[in-house]
Amino acid sequence: MSDAVEAIAEARETRASGRAPRRRARREGHGAAPYLQAAPMALVFLIFFVLPLAATIVVSFWQYTQYSIEPAFTFQNYGDVFYGCLRDLPDLCTTFVTYLSTLKFCLIVWACTLTIGFTVAYFLAFHVHTLKVQVIFFLLCTIPFWTSIVIRMISWIPLLGRNGLVNQTLVGMGVIDTPLEGLLYSDFSVVLALTHLYTLFMVVPIFNSLMRIDRALIEAARDSGASGLQTLTAVIIPLARPGILIGSIFVVTVVMGDFLTIGIMGGQQIASVGKVIQTQMQFLQFPLAAANAVILLAAVLAGVWALLRLVDIRKEL
Amino acid sequence: MTKAQAVELAAVTKRYGDALAVDAISLKVKAGSYCCLLGPSGCGKTSTLRMIAGHESVTDGDILIGHTVVNEDPPAQRGTAMMFQSYALFPHLSVAENVAFSLRMKGVGRDQRISRAKELLDLVSMADYADRKPNQLSGGQQQRVALARALMTEPSVLLLDEPLSALDPFLRVRMRSELKRIQKELGISFIHVTHSQEEAMALADLVVVMNDGRIAQAGPPREIYNAPRTPFVARFIGGHNIIEEGGRTITLRADEVSLMPPGEAPESHRAAKVSDIEYRGPDVRVSLETERGEELTAVLGERAFFDRPLDIGSAVAVGWRPEAVHELSAEG
Repeated sequence: MSDAVEAIAEARETRASGRAPRRRARREGHGAAPYLQAAPMALVFLIFFVLPLAATIVVSFWQYTQYSIEPAFTFQNYGDVFYGCLRDLPDLCTTFVTYLSTLKFCLIVWACTLTIGFTVAYFLAFHVHTLKVQVIFFLLCTIPFWTSIVIRMISWIPLLGRNGLVNQTLVGMGVIDTPLEGLLYSDFSVVLALTHLYTLFMVVPIFNSLMRIDRALIEAARDSGASGLQTLTAVIIPLARPGILIGSIFVVTVVMGDFLTIGIMGGQQIASVGKVIQTQMQFLQFPLAAANAVILLAAVLAGVWALLRLVDIRKEL
Repeated sequence: MTKAQAVELAAVTKRYGDALAVDAISLKVKAGSYCCLLGPSGCGKTSTLRMIAGHESVTDGDILIGHTVVNEDPPAQRGTAMMFQSYALFPHLSVAENVAFSLRMKGVGRDQRISRAKELLDLVSMADYADRKPNQLSGGQQQRVALARALMTEPSVLLLDEPLSALDPFLRVRMRSELKRIQKELGISFIHVTHSQEEAMALADLVVVMNDGRIAQAGPPREIYNAPRTPFVARFIGGHNIIEEGGRTITLRADEVSLMPPGEAPESHRAAKVSDIEYRGPDVRVSLETERGEELTAVLGERAFFDRPLDIGSAVAVGWRPEAVHELSAEG
């Protein structure tokens, strides 16, 4: 949460001074002190991120039986993941279907969070004029994160269930005769829950980008005869690109790896890559799960790389 | 290029909540003239300009461009173009695309609008930089681009918001003459906001001195300098001594004050002591304190001063020609 507040504060500061704060940071500090300051985080990263990741990659080449895993160097696991994938073409194998399904959610959720996130960020940046009110609205946006993920998921049930509020209301109003079945445990509910969860990840970076836009630019566009829509597409959106990109990376990476939300909101009926990995782990097929994880990681990194190709982030930050 | 248009303000007022920024000002700027709105910060000059531009709503009164009341028109329909103080160049677009922006908004094709942009970049001597991004340009270059972009809409009135304030002094003087040249070449009306009286004097056909949301005086530069109406105008323009004499408030230009040895001048008006001497190159500025406790400033030519040099503390007789006296109205 404090991230959001910091982001606003920083954006305001940048706007006021017109100079990126990073320039100040670069001048300070020589010698060992900065490295010591960074050391704790680096250590945490090393022990809890780099090492496990390396272990996962190593294990993905190991062999396993029903009750043991053994060091080896085999591509067997990767072969198993894509078993039958080439042979069955044009029919898609399970792995491809699962990836496509996850990718589908990824794209839909990305589109939804981007649309809603941009709109909210635009409102906060251009229509709310005081920092205090902006912070209050940001706090409102974070309310979904005040409860545990499971409680949040469960609380959708009385709303969307067969006899939930939405169905009762619609039937009561006479809009529909029989309750809608597809509200809960469906693609719809998965997209709804994911969008609800991750829109904030779009709002914050986009807001940050929008706050950096010199308001005189918008007047200059108007002065040149641009309509509101033209100003949006020719000036505001291009200048918000870094924020849109960062938000997109957040959302894409999180949704690609999600299995909890898709599992619960999909009624455990919708396959996802994360779910596959989790299941394989339950059956103690660690090397197979590891191979799957490495493939997922590669897919996500490829996605991020593609996004980074769109925007030179170092130049635009 | 479109024909120049006159701009007329009729009792134009701007309120921000309870604060009165512009208080019922009326002004006529002739077509094709160079008008400078001059005043200290907070005097309402920028608000006035922004109302003419259409970036600020008018609380009361009318703004006419040509013979049309434009109060409700969006900026692009007024035939005005604005050059912003911070230049407001689009950082994501090349110089040429910045200049061509208004054509792009009209749906003009890329090749056509870029070639038109190059013509205007030629006018401001920036054609070689067409493919650069704004952040690769110096302040002076950015300003030329901003000027070219403003001219792209073929305005009949160009509005400039403190265009020279961000430049270093040398560049400021150069850009000043360039602005004047372009204004003459295009023959359109310029309305230029500045807090520098030197800038206003150098550029304007019509200087409008503003204070507290009102026009203190409007007239040609020579008239403003030689015959300031109020003590405020005299002080703001500078180079004036404001003193009381015979129950009147009069002003006396610092370069009209002559200093003589005491006793040598029968027509002297004041006896004074030199309190400070400032050498400025072409002339010397002598600060004086009279016996009555008034502070006066005399500006003497360099040669004239060193023919009869003075020291701090010297006693002098202060004199002036009767024609040099200009009476001020009491208010302001």
